[in-house]
Amino acid sequence: MSAPAELRLPRYRRDPEGTHPPLDSAGYRSTALRHPKEPLIVLPHLLTEVTGPALGPGRIGEFDNDLTKGHAGEPQGQRIIVTGRLLDGDGRPIRDSLVEIWQANAGGRYRHTGDRWPSPLDPNFDGAGRTLTDSEGRYTFTTVKPGAYPWKNHDNAWRPAHIHFSVFGSAFTQRLVTQMYFPEDPLFSQDPIFNSIPDEKARQRMIARFDLDRTEAEWALAFQFDIVVRGREASVFEDEEDEH
Amino acid sequence: MPETTPSQTVGPYLSIGLPWADGPDVVPADEPAAIRIHGRVLDGAGEPVPDAMIETWQADADGRFDHPDDPRGAVASGFRGFGRCPTDPNGDYEIRTIMPGSLPGPAGGEQAPHIDVSVFARGLLHRVVTRIYFEDNDNSGDPVLASVPEERQGTLIATKTGEGYRFDIRLQGEGETVFFDV
Repeated sequence: MSAPAELRLPRYRRDPEGTHPPLDSAGYRSTALRHPKEPLIVLPHLLTEVTGPALGPGRIGEFDNDLTKGHAGEPQGQRIIVTGRLLDGDGRPIRDSLVEIWQANAGGRYRHTGDRWPSPLDPNFDGAGRTLTDSEGRYTFTTVKPGAYPWKNHDNAWRPAHIHFSVFGSAFTQRLVTQMYFPEDPLFSQDPIFNSIPDEKARQRMIARFDLDRTEAEWALAFQFDIVVRGREASVFEDEEDEH
Repeated sequence: MPETTPSQTVGPYLSIGLPWADGPDVVPADEPAAIRIHGRVLDGAGEPVPDAMIETWQADADGRFDHPDDPRGAVASGFRGFGRCPTDPNGDYEIRTIMPGSLPGPAGGEQAPHIDVSVFARGLLHRVVTRIYFEDNDNSGDPVLASVPEERQGTLIATKTGEGYRFDIRLQGEGETVFFDV
């Protein structure tokens, strides 16, 4: 065989300092025993890292993007529509890609055995949804606005209302789990998870925008939340990785 | 250009939204070449982490990906390549998959068979990423493994057991698993 040809691979931009939270974040107590203490080792973007799973078709049920359906009645709470786009850092839509969410009910209670605080479960709300982005990277969920809830991280600690989002992008390097927050939440100032993001502008990117145009009269409020995963660097050859 | 959305923890209740019934089944039960990879996620006190989730991503047995960015050409093998398993109350996870093939590496070299792993948990504000290699393969020429200090390379190598391979993940402390900056 002749010498193998060099593989031309996309390479993904590493995010600027301050975009993501440090794994050791003193204000959030659960990080104490769960953050690695050894330095991370730079992983070059090779074949396994620039590819990723194509998930979704066949995995989505009829009501999976409407968390208010599928039960005997309507859930309690403020009905909301959450829409947005899944984009990469070059503004390109990520199409046909799985978006998964989970959240507390309107009273701030999760349907989970570990959540025992005295706020009622809602028999008409489970709090999990999934959908696929369309050809323009758009997704839509119908749900109810989650409530805030207490946790024991610090004295009288409350999590701001949030919806957990999980997206894949199109490569392993783009995998992202985040939380969507609501505008002007008075609980931001005391929340160590929200405030774990060092860069103030990056933190603001986790807050959805109230979207009057997408509200439905006599029916639902609407929020818009775009999710951005990293973009690609200009085309490079794989052996340039040797410079690391 | 839009800027990246920050990462946040999955929190303690990821099991509401993320696990799939077939998540651990990268290949079906009747796959003759199936291997089982199992292990435990442990914290810095050596305690099991019962609210974590691991995800795996790997090439097929020929070292190929069913993906448009595989420059050798995407293969329509239908191989999902992806596994997902939450930890149980003992911190244990398990996936059923096949041994990936070896892969081309930088500068005409070769990467030993490996699986990329993401770990999510309450207390992890961002996923941590590691790689599984296998003790019964020749890993000597692998460029990623070679970039890891020799005394820590063992944390990336799954050991053969009667039932498949064992790969424990130690988030912190003695024998801390090597994690990568992706």
